[in-house]
Amino acid sequence: MQNLTLILLLAAMAGGAFYLGRRRSYAVVGGPAHGAQLHSLPGYYGYFTLIWCLLPALGLFLLWVLLEPKVIVALIIKSLPEAQRAMSAGELNLLVNNIQNLAAGDAISGEVDALMRDAAERYNEYVSASRRMLATLTLGIAGLGGAIALRRIRPEFRARNRVEQVVLYLLIAASSIAILTTLGIVLSVLFEAIRFFREVPLTEFLFGLTWSPQTAIRADQVGSSGSFGAVPLFAGTLLITAIAMIVAVPVGLMTAIYLAEYSSSRVRATAKPLLEILAGIPTVVYGFFAALTVAPWVRTAGESVGLEVASESALAAGLVMGIMIIPLVSSLSDDAIHAVPTAMRDGALGLGSTRSETMIRVILPAALPGIVGGILLAVSRAIGETMIVVMAAGLSANLTANPFEAVTTVTVQIVTLLVGDQEFDSAKTLAAFALGLVLFVVTLCLNVIGLTFVRKYREQYE
Amino acid sequence: MTVSRKNSREIVEAGLARRRRKESIFRATGMIATAVGVTFLAVFFATLIAQGSSAFRQTFIKLDVEMSESVLAPDGELDLAYADFDGLVRSALRDAFPEVSGRSERRELYRLVSIAAGFQLRDMVSDDPSLVGSEVTVWVPASSNVDMLVKGNIDPSIDESLRPISDAQVGWVESLQEAGRLEKRMNKALFTNGDSREPELAGIKGALMGSFYMLVVTVALAFPIGVAAAIYLEEFAPRSRWSDLIEVNINNLAAVPSIVFGLLGLAVFINWMALPRSAPLVGGLVLSLLTLPVIIIASRAAIQSVPPSIREAALGLGASKMQVVFHHVLPLALPGMLTGTIIGMSRALGESAPLLMIGMVAFIVDVPGGFTDPATALPVQVYLWADSPERAFAERTSAAIIVLLGFLLIMNLAAVIIRKRMERKW
Repeated sequence: MQNLTLILLLAAMAGGAFYLGRRRSYAVVGGPAHGAQLHSLPGYYGYFTLIWCLLPALGLFLLWVLLEPKVIVALIIKSLPEAQRAMSAGELNLLVNNIQNLAAGDAISGEVDALMRDAAERYNEYVSASRRMLATLTLGIAGLGGAIALRRIRPEFRARNRVEQVVLYLLIAASSIAILTTLGIVLSVLFEAIRFFREVPLTEFLFGLTWSPQTAIRADQVGSSGSFGAVPLFAGTLLITAIAMIVAVPVGLMTAIYLAEYSSSRVRATAKPLLEILAGIPTVVYGFFAALTVAPWVRTAGESVGLEVASESALAAGLVMGIMIIPLVSSLSDDAIHAVPTAMRDGALGLGSTRSETMIRVILPAALPGIVGGILLAVSRAIGETMIVVMAAGLSANLTANPFEAVTTVTVQIVTLLVGDQEFDSAKTLAAFALGLVLFVVTLCLNVIGLTFVRKYREQYE
Repeated sequence: MTVSRKNSREIVEAGLARRRRKESIFRATGMIATAVGVTFLAVFFATLIAQGSSAFRQTFIKLDVEMSESVLAPDGELDLAYADFDGLVRSALRDAFPEVSGRSERRELYRLVSIAAGFQLRDMVSDDPSLVGSEVTVWVPASSNVDMLVKGNIDPSIDESLRPISDAQVGWVESLQEAGRLEKRMNKALFTNGDSREPELAGIKGALMGSFYMLVVTVALAFPIGVAAAIYLEEFAPRSRWSDLIEVNINNLAAVPSIVFGLLGLAVFINWMALPRSAPLVGGLVLSLLTLPVIIIASRAAIQSVPPSIREAALGLGASKMQVVFHHVLPLALPGMLTGTIIGMSRALGESAPLLMIGMVAFIVDVPGGFTDPATALPVQVYLWADSPERAFAERTSAAIIVLLGFLLIMNLAAVIIRKRMERKW
């Protein structure tokens, strides 16, 4: 809340700076009547002052808020007696947590001694001192910046160019966030994955046939196999993806063909938005549907013909995932079909071929690269899909190609490993990041290839 | 010559029937494929509404409660926190069924009514302390098992051991029904309560508020950044390796699985920046990274659709490049950008996988009151309830899904309306 007040104060100061800067620009030329003597419009002098007032102060504020907790904890640890500082990192962490909770007035584990009470008091002192310093510094810098900017306002001062330069830098910064995000993904996943591969060799992870990530806390613990062979996960992911594609590709492609070639415009006008609704349904809803409606249905259907079907069969998850992907396949195929020049279609029809022959012999071969690209994107989507499989697929890592059995996938394992308690020093938690790395690399390759196909193909007929 | 022409004609005619058959098969396949998608949609909504619509109503039981002073304030002083309102409910139930005796039978009787009944009486007394000592008639929520029985989700004809409600309880419910003391009313708790272990107390308000705070953060970050990035890439970026890289990057980010963004959020925002777990702030940050590519791509398309003549006219009148963009291009492209943003937001609202990574799956009873309070989101609430074994939660899950889809529908309609109203043909 205090931060909010500070931000509001800063905003008010920025507004004031704008007003003062604008007024000052009139003042230096002697009133609005002489506005033409200014290099830039008066508003730009206002913006110039505002930027000087706001940007440095805001930068300091963000930096401070980010670093404050770390600095205060470091100070507290430094102020602790020698005996506590010599403790292991985990114990020290617990102590600091307790001090923080005590300072905030929350319940803590263990008993409170004088040492901790002192530390908590010190903690509160540091926090309030830091708050005071932050407020004075930011507001001071804001005022100072505004004052410097005001002093620089002259009739010949090129305020517009300065302001536009700053705006350009802000635009560049905004567009590089996309790069930063990718970099952040790669670094965060890679960093933890490397820590994982230090404990579990890469070859064992990629080629091992048993997945059982329960690592032991004690050496003699029961059921602590802790083997990290990810092949069953890859196989399970591929199985579910294959089922999904068997549903989605023919249905999506035929839908696109039918809507593009055969249907009346009225059917098209209703069917297309309906299919787009399918694309807009949240995946968790598909997951709910798969787990509570489709899975029991698959089970009863399988049992009625004498098949042994697991209640979390790969088939149910794959079917529903396939339905989810239909709109993606059909819209990308639709794009590809529509990009084929009409001359080719008309030529084939003019030579006497039927519409289906035109489609199969002429249009589809011409549109094939685009369609393949679209299918690759759909595969990548299926591999990365999480909620449907978390809710409808199993948890146990079976190495099987039987769609009636329960299999688990990469995304399911990431979720199970990371939901709940996380210890960032155990291979169990880190394994999730290694799986994430595999997932990211595989989907990235599929996306790059798919997008290149789609784009190259589009250019071909343009 | 004539022979060969006749010959080729015959060949064509011989094949015609087969070709026509193939044609109609192909056509029928296309029709079936289209029907598959549409049928699924119909089945899906039908099941959802069939399962979920009953959750908007909840069974209530009418009780005549004697607000006896001797139970509420045995020492002569009324302390709301400790007063035995449950005892009042129990004695009211005993009065309604005087023939029930024996400890275990009575305990079964008490289970007809939700534990919310005591809270309801407490709230009534805290609103109006003069009620103490009088007799009031109140409608209190029935327990979830009774609710399921009344709604027909529990079949009373199956063996007693197979259902969560005993024969005696079924009999009492029937006699309450006959006496007109049992009624289905609007389930207000669904919209005013946070999560709960008791289905009849569980509501989606906490999840709704969590989603709301998250979307606020997402809009506040993703819209300005996305628009700024789109402006730079369309209007200012020189054709260089760097801008190509950014472009490829954005297209790829749009296709990265959402769970990977969750890993990013966990590693960067929670572990590295030490932001609080389960907070809408972190959820909003992750979702804004997730929706940023969507918004950038839509905004770029919107900027591209502004005809160059407008830029040239403004430049010709002496505007600077920046003025051209901010005074002319941006206002004209804004409707398209807004449409893209709303679509991005509706994607963010339905997203749950990355939120699982950053701890927004906790069981949280309190309705969050700010950006750093622990919270959950509507789709995550769906996930949590879907996991609950009670039959009553399945019904509420469907209801929560209906609410979620309702919000998505509103957002998408808004996007369509903005596009239709502001669309300009140049």
